[in-house]
Amino acid sequence: MATYSTNEFKSGLKIMIENDPCTIVENEFVKPGKGQAFSRVKIRNLKTGRVVERTFKSGESVEAADVMDTDMQYLYNDGEFWHFMLPDTFEQYAATEEAVSDAKQWIKGEEICVVTLWNDVPLAVAPPNFVDLTVSETDPGLRGDTSGGGGKPATLETGAVVRVPLFINIGEVLRIDTRVGDYVSRAKD
Amino acid sequence: MISDWQPTASLENMKLRARILAEIRGFFSACDVMEVETPLLSLAGATDPYLDSLTSHYQGPLFPAGQTVYLQTSPEFAMKRLLAAGSGSIYQICKAFRNGEAGRQHNPEFTMLEWYRPGFDHHVLMDEVEALIAVILKTAPARRLTYHDLFAEYVGLDPFDLSVEDACACLQARNIILPDMADAMIDDWLSLIMTHVIEPAFGVEPVFVYDFPASQAMLARVADAQPPVAQRFELYINGMELANGFYELADAAEQQRRFEADLQLRQQLGLPEIGMSHALIAALESGLPDCAGVALGVDRLLMLVAGAENIAEVLAFPLDSS
Repeated sequence: MATYSTNEFKSGLKIMIENDPCTIVENEFVKPGKGQAFSRVKIRNLKTGRVVERTFKSGESVEAADVMDTDMQYLYNDGEFWHFMLPDTFEQYAATEEAVSDAKQWIKGEEICVVTLWNDVPLAVAPPNFVDLTVSETDPGLRGDTSGGGGKPATLETGAVVRVPLFINIGEVLRIDTRVGDYVSRAKD
Repeated sequence: MISDWQPTASLENMKLRARILAEIRGFFSACDVMEVETPLLSLAGATDPYLDSLTSHYQGPLFPAGQTVYLQTSPEFAMKRLLAAGSGSIYQICKAFRNGEAGRQHNPEFTMLEWYRPGFDHHVLMDEVEALIAVILKTAPARRLTYHDLFAEYVGLDPFDLSVEDACACLQARNIILPDMADAMIDDWLSLIMTHVIEPAFGVEPVFVYDFPASQAMLARVADAQPPVAQRFELYINGMELANGFYELADAAEQQRRFEADLQLRQQLGLPEIGMSHALIAALESGLPDCAGVALGVDRLLMLVAGAENIAEVLAFPLDSS
């Protein structure tokens, strides 16, 4: 079993805390004038997203979390699981709704996503930063309005709703920034 | 892209350092305190179980078979030998080294200002520390409170009569999740509360904390009060420990006992064996003048002047880019 000592702590390091995989957000070395040193650490639980503060004795060891970020292609959703595939080995992984949480509204199939595996099980899925999606529903376009000011809601083929400029019509393909959930432009092709 | 060879401190902060060093020297020259130099490299190391000396190796004339040498953790022992030899008031600006200490406020090699004043006790020395930082930092008048009153005010606990249950409850109430503390001593709990709860609550005004529990006396005298208190102080500004001062222990037999207790604790904790400084004991036997002394972290002082978040911002080359 791999472990990390507090001397190896740095932000981004993945460790196991109370049987949950966590990532170190911030690490502070604390040394009182007289007494032993501590590491005071902010940790994000990768399952719940909760951030807690924890103190370790300097030199203490913590179990490493077997967490790996891998690029996978999104295949389909069977109603219960979202299926992903490693492009080079065709090996498939099924992610729960919890794991795809925010990502699921941006993916329709074939996108390359970052799947975080913990003990070889998908723990979290990050969609590509930019996706191209077709508008399935929106109020009729206003010809002549190209300013983009104001805007209106549009429902995309994946079900996501974004604010778009008034001139956008049903059937158009839009480029979306998934990190903020914003319309960027019409898709180029 | 920033290339690796460049300093981590800005030119502005390097100029600040030069200015502060000049101000410190001006301050001591005006009060007729003599600047001294003592070796960074020593045959004796620090016995304090919570200080880890860096070591090196010398071989050649004087020690043909080779000799382990220690980089000082502070110039205290050597400066006390000068005091015992009749130096009068002295100060030193030097490098000190501590293994295992690196972080936002720590670099394994750092600059220390240490000075000793015969005829002063820790209260008079606090006055002088306050005068010095007022020159450099233009600080507001400092608060002074005893370790007892500090704990009473900030956490409502009596540090001289603290149960593990109360310490635990105090930390848990603040959502602090602790490691296994089964083998912890009461001082461990006190320092956890100090570093995790009290220090972060300090504001920008300087705070002197004095009269510590006797178990944290280090090299300070212990006053025969009820309960006994160690006659030492720490200075905090912005929640950062800046200085640590003692009404210096002059009793050679008591010093020997403390060294031996340190060595015993080192053995218990499985730490490397360190030879005690017999030269210091001999100097105390010959007579250390009644004096108070203090060590102040110059890099941290500079951090406060520069408004730096990380010690690297005031060091030309911290260890990882040295």
